[in-house]
Amino acid sequence: MITKSLMPLIGKAGAIFLAMLLLVCLAVPSLNLIVPISSPLHLPDYAVTLLGKYMCYALLALSVDLVWGFCGILSLGHGAFFALGGYAMGMYMMRQIGSRGSYGNAELPDFMVFLNWKSLPWYWHGFESFPFALAMVALVPGLLALVFGWFAFRSRVTGVYLSIITQAMTYALLLAFFRNDMGFGGNNGLTDFKDILGYSVQAAGTRAVLFMLSCLALGVCFVLARMIVNSKFGRVVISIRDAESRVRFLGYRVENYKLFIFVASAIMAGVAGALYVPQVGIINPSEFSPANSIEAVIWTAFGGRGTLWGAALGAIVVNAAKSWFTGVLPNAWLYALGALFVGVTLFMPKGLAGAFAGWTSVKRNQPEDVSAMEPAE
Amino acid sequence: MISETLLYLEAVSVSFDGFKALNNLNLAVGSGEMRAIIGPNGAGKTTMMDVITGKTKPDEGRVAFRDLALTSMNEAAIANIGIGRKFQKPTVFERHTVWDNLELAMKADRSVHSSLRWSLDSARRDKIAATLKRINLEAASKRLAGNLSHGQKQWLEIGMLLMQEPELLLVDEPVAGMTDAETEKTAALLRDIAQHSAVVVVEHDMDFIRALGVRVTVLHEGSVLAEGNLDAVQNNQRVIDVYLGR
Repeated sequence: MITKSLMPLIGKAGAIFLAMLLLVCLAVPSLNLIVPISSPLHLPDYAVTLLGKYMCYALLALSVDLVWGFCGILSLGHGAFFALGGYAMGMYMMRQIGSRGSYGNAELPDFMVFLNWKSLPWYWHGFESFPFALAMVALVPGLLALVFGWFAFRSRVTGVYLSIITQAMTYALLLAFFRNDMGFGGNNGLTDFKDILGYSVQAAGTRAVLFMLSCLALGVCFVLARMIVNSKFGRVVISIRDAESRVRFLGYRVENYKLFIFVASAIMAGVAGALYVPQVGIINPSEFSPANSIEAVIWTAFGGRGTLWGAALGAIVVNAAKSWFTGVLPNAWLYALGALFVGVTLFMPKGLAGAFAGWTSVKRNQPEDVSAMEPAE
Repeated sequence: MISETLLYLEAVSVSFDGFKALNNLNLAVGSGEMRAIIGPNGAGKTTMMDVITGKTKPDEGRVAFRDLALTSMNEAAIANIGIGRKFQKPTVFERHTVWDNLELAMKADRSVHSSLRWSLDSARRDKIAATLKRINLEAASKRLAGNLSHGQKQWLEIGMLLMQEPELLLVDEPVAGMTDAETEKTAALLRDIAQHSAVVVVEHDMDFIRALGVRVTVLHEGSVLAEGNLDAVQNNQRVIDVYLGR
């Protein structure tokens, strides 16, 4: 019943994507926890974490696709929202360390003791509470996107100029978070996490749960994003992408539409960051580096802009290729990755998703509805 | 002859880098009136439309719609008080179907919230279907607007304006690039629309204006050169001079 009402919403490709996601979500923890280590099918712990990381990247790519693929906002600063979500989660886990830190200070994280700080800065209060930290995971990136977007969209900054100022935004945050007196651990960031909600972050069980939560977040955000883009709101947003001034002359306040989708996307990126940090065990200012945000855009383009599932798939494939190439071609992996990008751009201009759509429509000899795809540039 | 003034431009001037696109322009359009605007290239026709729809702010002068001052409003607000605009180059949403184009243009609350919760009830469906019929695009309802012919795009854009239910419609060169048959159909469509709302048409095609049979305003160098019916205007010595470049 539910699947029936969901079908028109998520589409055939989306349904396949969700089914695969569910499969992976169940198979990976089973292969890790249930299958004995002696079995060749056993999945090592590090692989679970690695795959969990991919899921977080996939969610980041999905959030980029939501604004870029559907609204034409090429954000080159989405890494900032991801990192802020990560920092919010990291701050919670820092507070959980308590007196188990190297300096044994129950109140202050190690780096503050090292800096001779006497008391907790005001903005660290509240992060000992998990619900509070969760709220901040959404609120901080959301609020930054709201303020930033309000100024940018109201002043009608678009195209390359908007991309450049989003780069500037993440770069400014990178520099700010590098400073020790910001109170976020400076260069080293936040690390040495012990546990989350009382469960050890090193334990295989915790990692499996974090992996499953990452899959769940990806699936839920995918459905939410489809709901947004399938509504009339979504059609307005696509129209903004293709003919912004026409939308204005129809009486729509374009800046409000852009703001909503930008904030929604920033929150998704923040959630991705929050799930990423406990799995990799560290968050530092390098997550704000402009290159990270650009990479997320590459994943999206690689997977197929304007499809959502394509962007997620792109993130997973590119990162898997990256891990694989570094293993088999330790000296030449960057060239291999570059060749992959060039190859996809040349032979699959619409990304992996476009290529799949092409194959299936050739096979069934009927055109696939790709109306939301192939944005006008 | 005209009941009341709907649109009123008083002493409007706009200049771009010293070039006076509009120079002390005065124009009044009555409610329900249909008016044709002609003039040589650079006469300020499109700039006038830009000023009315909020795309360009005038340097001087007053622009009023009913009793509202348009100069202090943005494009979206102006569209929402009942002024629709058709561009010179047909601009429809190419990646949406014909149906969706009309649905997006339909008069309704334009807020983000209402767009997220929007659904098509049967009254709305009927309205779209009726408009499709009026613009001769019933068969193309499910086609992407980008795949329509030039003439069909022009009609779709007029259809979108109909869905907006504007009190005043500004139409910029609706028959540019149309075949004779299409031109005739368009004239009929515009006359039909003029029964419910005021229409201002900018056009070069004299035959088309004759077919409309309405009052004509001639613009030249940003101000009104002559006004009256087409025959009177065409026999006006100043208009002849301007058009023949004397």
